[in-house]
Amino acid sequence: MKVIGKDISKSYFRETKEANYFHAVEKTDFELEQGKITEIMGRSGSGKSTLLNIMSGLLAPSEGNVFLGDTDLYSLNDKKLSKLRNENFGIIPQGHTGIASLNTLENILLPVLLYKKASEETTQRANRLIETVGLKGLEKAYPKELSGGELRRMAIARALIMQPKVIFADEPTGDLDDENTETVLKLLRQTADEGIAVMLVTHEAQAEKYADVVYKMDGGKLRKH
Amino acid sequence: MNSINQLPFKNVLKHPVRTGMLLLMTVFLSFSAFAGTLIIKSLQGGIDSLNSRLGADIIVVPRNAQQGLQSILLQGVPGYFYMDKSVTEKVSKVDGIEKMTSQYFLASIGANCCSMPIQIIGFDPDTDFSVKPWLEKSFNGTLADKQIIVGHKVNAFEGEQLRFYGVVCDVAGKLDETGTELDNAVYCNESTIKTLIKASEEMGVNVLTKADPDTLISSLMIKVKDGYDIQKVADYINVHVKRVEAVKTQSMIEGISDSLERLSFVVSALVATNWVVVLIMLLITFSMVINERKREFAILRVIGSSKRSLAKTVLFEAVIIGVVGGGLGVLLSSGAVTMFSKAIEKKLGLPLLLPSFEELMCYAGLTVLLCAVVAPVTAALSAYRASKVDAGTVLREE
Repeated sequence: MKVIGKDISKSYFRETKEANYFHAVEKTDFELEQGKITEIMGRSGSGKSTLLNIMSGLLAPSEGNVFLGDTDLYSLNDKKLSKLRNENFGIIPQGHTGIASLNTLENILLPVLLYKKASEETTQRANRLIETVGLKGLEKAYPKELSGGELRRMAIARALIMQPKVIFADEPTGDLDDENTETVLKLLRQTADEGIAVMLVTHEAQAEKYADVVYKMDGGKLRKH
Repeated sequence: MNSINQLPFKNVLKHPVRTGMLLLMTVFLSFSAFAGTLIIKSLQGGIDSLNSRLGADIIVVPRNAQQGLQSILLQGVPGYFYMDKSVTEKVSKVDGIEKMTSQYFLASIGANCCSMPIQIIGFDPDTDFSVKPWLEKSFNGTLADKQIIVGHKVNAFEGEQLRFYGVVCDVAGKLDETGTELDNAVYCNESTIKTLIKASEEMGVNVLTKADPDTLISSLMIKVKDGYDIQKVADYINVHVKRVEAVKTQSMIEGISDSLERLSFVVSALVATNWVVVLIMLLITFSMVINERKREFAILRVIGSSKRSLAKTVLFEAVIIGVVGGGLGVLLSSGAVTMFSKAIEKKLGLPLLLPSFEELMCYAGLTVLLCAVVAPVTAALSAYRASKVDAGTVLREE
C-alpha cells in the first residue's frame, strides 16, 4: 500500500522580507512505495522533518492531502487518525525516545497496548524483535541504562512491533558512531526488503547506499537527487 | 505490563521525586481537611455528650461556685464546694420544678491516703435522675456503701479497689466514654460520699467546711416541668433563695457552643487558606511536570495515542496521587488528633469526643474522595496541554 502526498505544502506565519509566511515545505507531490527506502537528504532546517511529519499523519499540511490507499489521513478525526497511525505506521522519531518508566520490553510493546492487551503472540514477536535489533539480555533494562545506539535500536523495534505498512525514520542515526550507524541502516534495509515502505530522513552520507530513491530538500523545495 | 491502564501506575512509581512532591501536597490537603473536621466534630460531640450527661435543666450551686463547676466539668480540675442542705427545701417550693436531686463533690488528693487525685461525685439514689440513666448502662442494681463506679478514663476496673482518704472502695463498674471531664470522675452514693467527706475532714484536707456532712450538699440538679420557662425558674431561684446561684445548663453549654462556633470558624478559615495555597501549588506543579513530560507525550502521540487517551493518562495519574495522598493524610491526621486530643482539649478548655468508628470511616472516605476529585481538577489544564502537544515539533527540540 502506497502513501501518497498530493500538492502538499506547509507554511507558518512568520514575517520575512518577502512575505508574512515562511514556507517550510513548498508545494510538492511525494510518494512512498512498498519495499523501498526513500531517503530525504538535506541540511538542518531544510524542511525534511516537516515533510516526514506531514506524511506520517502528525502534522496537517497547509495545503494538499496525504493518502494511505484510499484514505485521506487528514479527513479523519484525531481518534481515527491516531488508530490508523498505530496500526499502519511505525515512526522512529529524532533523539532518544524511550518512556522512562517502562523497561525495554514494555517500551517495545507499548504500541500494541494502546488499543488492546498484550498476547502471548505479541510478546513473542517483541522478543524476536529484541533479538533482531541486538538487545537480547536488555529486556528488563530501563532507558536510562541504555546507550544511545541501544535506544535507537529499541525505537526501531517499537516501530516494527505492529507490523506496519510504512516506517518513518527521522534522523535514526543522529549522534551514533559509525558501527551503530551501520547497524541501524542495515536494519532499515532489511525492513524494506520485507516489503515495508521506508521513509528515511537523514543528513548521513553513508545512508545513500542503502536507499532506493533519494531526494534532496533545500529551503523547503524537494527535488530528486 | 500487559495493559495500557498500568502505564499511569508505572509513571507514578518510577518517578519518586515527582510523585513524592505531588503526594506531599495532597497529604497537606487531606491532613488539614480531615484534622479540621475531626477537631470540630469531636468538640461538637463533646458538648452534646456533656449536655446529655448533665441531664438537668438547672444546676443550683453555692454563690460564686459556677466557675468551680465549669472547672470540674470542662477543665477536669477536681474541686468541691458546699452549701447548706436547707437550700433543698427552699428550692423545692419554687413553682415549675418537676424533679430535683442533690449531688456532692469531693476531690481526692495525690497522697498516700488516696489511690489517685480525682473528682468524686456522690448522688442520692432515691431522687437521682441525672446520673443513674447512663450509670445503668454499666451497672445493674443499686450501688452499696463503699461501692463506686469509675469514669472511662479512670485507671481502674471492675473488681479492683480504690482508696480515698484511707477509705477502701470497691469498683463496681466502668462507664462508657463521654469525651468530657466526667470521664475522669468517680461516682458513689450519698452515704459513701459523706463517709469520704468526713474522712477528708479528719485528715484536715477538706478545709472548706467543718460542718456535719449530713447538713451539706454541693449542687442541686433540677428538671423543670413542661410548659415552664427554664430561665424564669432559674431567675426566680436566684432572686428568692439566698447565697445560691441557679445556672441554666443550656446557657452554660451555649457559652461553650459560642466558643466552639468561633473556634470552628477559625479552624475552617485555616483549612480553607491551606487548601487555596496548596491547590495553587498543585496547579503550578502539575503544569511544571507537564512541561517536563512533553517529550514523553509526544512519543505516545507518535505511536498512536489519541489526544483524549493522553489526557486520560494524566488525569488518572492525578487520581492515583489524590487517592494515595488523601489516604496518607487521613492516616496521619487521625494519628495526630488521637495523639494530641488531650492536649487540644486542655488548650481549648472544651470537651472532646471523637466520632464513632462508622462516622470516622465516613469522614475519611469523603476526604479521600475529595482529594481524588480535586487532584485531577488541578491537573485538568495540564492534561489539556498534554493532549495539545505537537509531537513533531517537540521531538525535534532536544
